[in-house]
Parts: sequence; C-alpha cells; structure tokens
Amino acid sequence: MSDSDVVDFSAYPDAGGHFGPYGGRFVSETLISALDELQAMYSSLKDDPEFQAAFDYDLAHYVGRPSPLYLAERLTAQAGGARIWLKREDLNHTGAHKVNNTVGQALLAKRSGKSRVIAETGAGQHGVATATVAARLGLKCAVYMGAEDVKRQSPNVYRMKLLGAEVIPVESGSKTLKDAMNEAMRDWVTNVDDTFYIIGTVAGPHPYPQLVRDFNSVIGREARRQSLEEFGRLPDALVACVGGGSNAIGLFHPFLNDSEVKMYGVEAGGEGLATGRHAAPLNEGVPGILHGNRTYLMEDEDGQIIETHSVSAGLDYPGVGPEHAWLKDIGRVEYVTADDSEALDAFRKLTRTEGILPALESSHAVAYALKLAATMTPEQNIVVNLSGRGDKDIFTVAAIDGIKV
Amino acid sequence: MTKENRIDRRFAQLRAEGRKALVTYIVAGDGGLGNTVPMMHQLVEAGSDLIELGVPFSDPMAEGPVIQKGHERALEHKSSLRKCLELVKEFRREDGETPVILMGYANPIEKMGAEQFADAARDAGVDGALTVDLPAEEAGPLNQLLGERGLRNIFLLTPTTSEERIGAITRLASGFVYYVSLKGVTGAGHLDLDSVRDNLARIRRHTDLPLCVGFGIKDGASARAVSEPGDGAVVGSVLVSTIGEARDAAEAKGKITSLVGEMRAALDA
Repeated sequence: MSDSDVVDFSAYPDAGGHFGPYGGRFVSETLISALDELQAMYSSLKDDPEFQAAFDYDLAHYVGRPSPLYLAERLTAQAGGARIWLKREDLNHTGAHKVNNTVGQALLAKRSGKSRVIAETGAGQHGVATATVAARLGLKCAVYMGAEDVKRQSPNVYRMKLLGAEVIPVESGSKTLKDAMNEAMRDWVTNVDDTFYIIGTVAGPHPYPQLVRDFNSVIGREARRQSLEEFGRLPDALVACVGGGSNAIGLFHPFLNDSEVKMYGVEAGGEGLATGRHAAPLNEGVPGILHGNRTYLMEDEDGQIIETHSVSAGLDYPGVGPEHAWLKDIGRVEYVTADDSEALDAFRKLTRTEGILPALESSHAVAYALKLAATMTPEQNIVVNLSGRGDKDIFTVAAIDGIKV
Repeated sequence: MTKENRIDRRFAQLRAEGRKALVTYIVAGDGGLGNTVPMMHQLVEAGSDLIELGVPFSDPMAEGPVIQKGHERALEHKSSLRKCLELVKEFRREDGETPVILMGYANPIEKMGAEQFADAARDAGVDGALTVDLPAEEAGPLNQLLGERGLRNIFLLTPTTSEERIGAITRLASGFVYYVSLKGVTGAGHLDLDSVRDNLARIRRHTDLPLCVGFGIKDGASARAVSEPGDGAVVGSVLVSTIGEARDAAEAKGKITSLVGEMRAALDA
C-alpha cells in the first residue's frame, strides 16, 4: 500500500479500531464489555455539539488554549535554513500536551457517572494531568507508576500526591511505564463498575488510540490555522517526538490529508541504535501485540517485550501507537531518531537561544528539527511540537552534569 | 474440527462416568524447566484430567500478582513458547492420553508465526490453545490454522459477556468453554455461586460444549461448589503460589499432590 491509496485519513480507524493491519482490540474477554461501553459513549458524544462545546470551553479557560505558534528566530539563525516555529504546548496548564487528553477523558468519565479515575504514567506528566482533572471534578484518582520511575521522578510523584491522587508504585516486570499500564488494566478489569481508565497515549485497545488522538488533535487544528495566519500557507514540515505518540499524532492528524506537508516523528535513539539501548520500535522493532493493540514493538526472539532506554522517561516505552505504525508502513510519516546526547544538546541550545526550557522528550524533536532546517531554505517553515516544558527534567540534567540540585 | 482430539475424548469419558473435570494450570518452566514435565505427570497422578500449560510472557496483562510472579520466575529460567512445545513433546513420551492446552498471550505466537506455531503445537502433541488476548474479533486466523490441525480453540466467557457475544464466541469455541467466575484478574476475590449458576445457564442455552469454571478456586470445597452447575473446575493461582513458595521441587511436588488430591476427592465425593 502506498500513501496515494488512502483517500481520507480521517476515515481511520475502521469500526474494529484498525489502522491497516495495526490497532484493534487484543484484550482478555474480561475487558471487552468495558471497552464496548466506552466506545458506545464516545461514539454518541464525539460529534455532539454540546460535548464539543464543553471540551472547547475547558481547553480555553482551564488549559489556556490556544497555545502560541512561536517563531524561534535565534534558534533558526543557529540552524541556518528553514524557519523554526514552536507550537508551545509547554505553556498549557500542567506544562505539557497531556492535559488536552485528560480534560477530554475527564468529561467522558463525568458523563459515565463513575466516581474514580485511574491512569498509568511514566515520567509523571500524564499522572499529574490526570490528578489535576480529577481534583477539579472531585473524582477519586489512583495513578500507577513503575517503581523505577517513582524514584526517577520524585517531584511529579509529590505533585500528584498534593493533588489528592494515590500513587501506586508498580513492582512487577521491569517496573517502568509498560508495567504501570499492565497494572492499570488489571485495576480497571477488577473495578470497572466505578472506575474510568484514562489512558495517556495513543496506544491501548480500541477506542483509546482514536479518542486520545481526537482530543490531542486540537494541537494540529490550531497549528494549521496559525500557520495560515503567520506565514500565509501550510508548513513545509512538521516535527514531533514519538514515545507512545500522542503529541505527534495530535499535531500530524489535521494535516494528514495535506500531501505537501512532510512529517517527521522522532523516536528516542537512547545511547544509539547500534547499542540496542534505545526506545525506537518504529526504527528497529517489528510488528507484534502488546497492551491491546498490534503495533511495532521492541522484543526478543521469543516475543518477550524488552526494556527500553532513553534519557527521557516519557519516551521510554517499547511500543508505539498503532496509527504511527500504519503511517510508517504507508510512508506518510518518516520516523527518525535523536539520541540522548543530541536531545541534551538541543535542550541546552533552546534554553540558551530562546529562554525556553523544553522537556527532554520535546528536545528530541528540537534536535531533529535543527538538522532538518539546515537542509532547507530560509523561505521554508518547520513547525515543531514543543510538547512539554523541561522543569521536571532539571534533576536529570543536573545529574548528567554531575551537579546535585 | 471433527478430528479426534484428546480433549473431546476426555470430556466424553467424564460425562459417561458422571464425573466433573479437574483442569490444572501451571506455568511452563516455573520451578525450573527440568521440573515442569515431572510436575505435569504428578498433576495427572494426583487426579488432574486436563492440563493447562501457561506460556510465560513478559506482560501478562490479565493475570493477578500470583500468576504474574509465576511468569516472571519461568522467564528467569529461560522458558519460552519454544520451550513449552518441547516440554509437551517430552510429556507425551509417557502420557498419550491427558489433554494439554497452551494458555498464553498473542505476542509469542505472533513472533513465531501463527502457521509455524500451529504446526509445532500439533507435532508436539498439544490439544488446544487459549490465547488470553485474542478475543473472538481477532482470533479468526489463528483459530482456523489450529482447527485445520485438529486442535481445539478454548475461549473465555465472563459475567460481563453479553448474550450476543456468548453466541458469537460459542460458535467459534471448541473443546470446552472456560467460564471466568469473577470480574478481575486471576487469583482475585471471592466466589458468587448464584451468579455462576445463572451465567452457566445463560451459556448453556448457546452451546453443548463442556463448561469449566475458573478464577477463585482455592480448595476442595470451592472446586466442588463451582463445578456443580458446570462440567469442571479450573485451578491455577493456588497451584502457582504453592510452586512459588516451595523451597524445592520435592516440597512443591508434595504440596501440589495433596492439594490436587483434595480437589479430586471433593469433585468425586
């Protein structure tokens, strides 16, 4: 299949949640009725003007949208090529794009009448965004977080606790994001009568990849409008980092039908692809089944999921959203990598040239955009999704610098 | 589908004798790869009618803490789908009658290739497969491959499975149906017997396949109670935790023998 065979990207996924051969619903029978219920509710609400208005209101008044599209002039000058525009998701309430989705899913949770929400989190951004909306709506909240990540991300753990959430360290498996997701699924199966599961990325069983994408697509819709306002045409290229892939799909999706817009998803190259210590399933993985969907995975020769490595906890995930798997195969999006040291360089460069401290996740996108811009002309425009702010990462960076904060 | 199969034969025999089936679950390689086949023979000797061999997976999403740990221990012993198939082959050298079902997750099968897996399972002497994260909507291709080779496709049904789905799933199912008696993960909570009875009656309207009940069975009394409205009981977590807590293979063997023996006696009483 090639790009040109797809007439309308907005027609995906199909009724079973498939994006070509990817996606679907690979879960135990114990979860099916809960997913059916969620899907039925989402189908009835997604085109409901009243629901959409409530979502838009919260995005404007609680999240602080629209987020600016900012021309990074000094960064552009350093790269020496295309103009680099930053879509400032770091300016959202809670400091990342994650809140777009949690605000949307919280509205669904409220409609469902359930009194408790749960979430999985890696770096803690999605956990904080979930705890935030739970506090606002007066819902009980439990966040599953790998025991390793609890240690690595203590400021976010404390933020969640301040917001009233219970943070549950997960001791099984590799004690990271993938295990937190397993544990959240188990909680959901057990407590489905009163619990709504707010998944944080575009992975998981159908309908999650679709609804998380839809809630984050506000990023791309705004960027499209802002591009026309700021430079009178669509961008030549979009760049976003990809872990599970929610910020990337949020930016890309409203542009997929615009074939002149090139798109680059940047995976975490970790210590380098050659070392095997990375989190780049689209570059180095193979299709398989994990967490309810078929997608590209990092696995061994027996089909066991293997540990990933990245300086940024938010990209440290062995799978990727199924829509990305499909966009890779049909060639609509090019998936590249930036390794730890390139991301750290970009982190420092953006901080010093623009006074913007990016999340280490987003720094991967900035790193690739710098390389890409240099190959393009000054009349061209690149939009980079600056998906989150980097305050949470200063301890990681300080540790790398050998400084105790 | 019509090919002779050990599972069908075993249930026919049990029905003829008016007895309930005792299905026992262990994780392949838990307690050491070398101890799995002796443990399988021990299960049969103690009174198990069918064996479900858990295929370890790094991310066993539907399992509670007890069986998760069993998967982790088995993986530490370098167990795998490939190893499971070797173990079944070894088991078959001495036992040509007891049905063996592989219970696991889709990804190791996907990695091996569905067709290669189906061939290898048949060649090893496997009688059926239950792939936890392949619901009816996604199970079609693998089911067909296994069915063509005379293997049975075991499916889970739950208290939350709709009437319509029960119909769709029982049309795909063969061998027997595994009714999960509780919401939640394996090893959880307490049993609601009235609900088991009602749900088995609901399922019975759709199929003549044997109905086995699992999740929440800990001893002889609970095994007897859940099997009464159905055709058998599936026991897993309590066996896996016994293996996990045993100091050595001999202790595991002794404790498993008495547990399974107690359940057998309760079912036959």
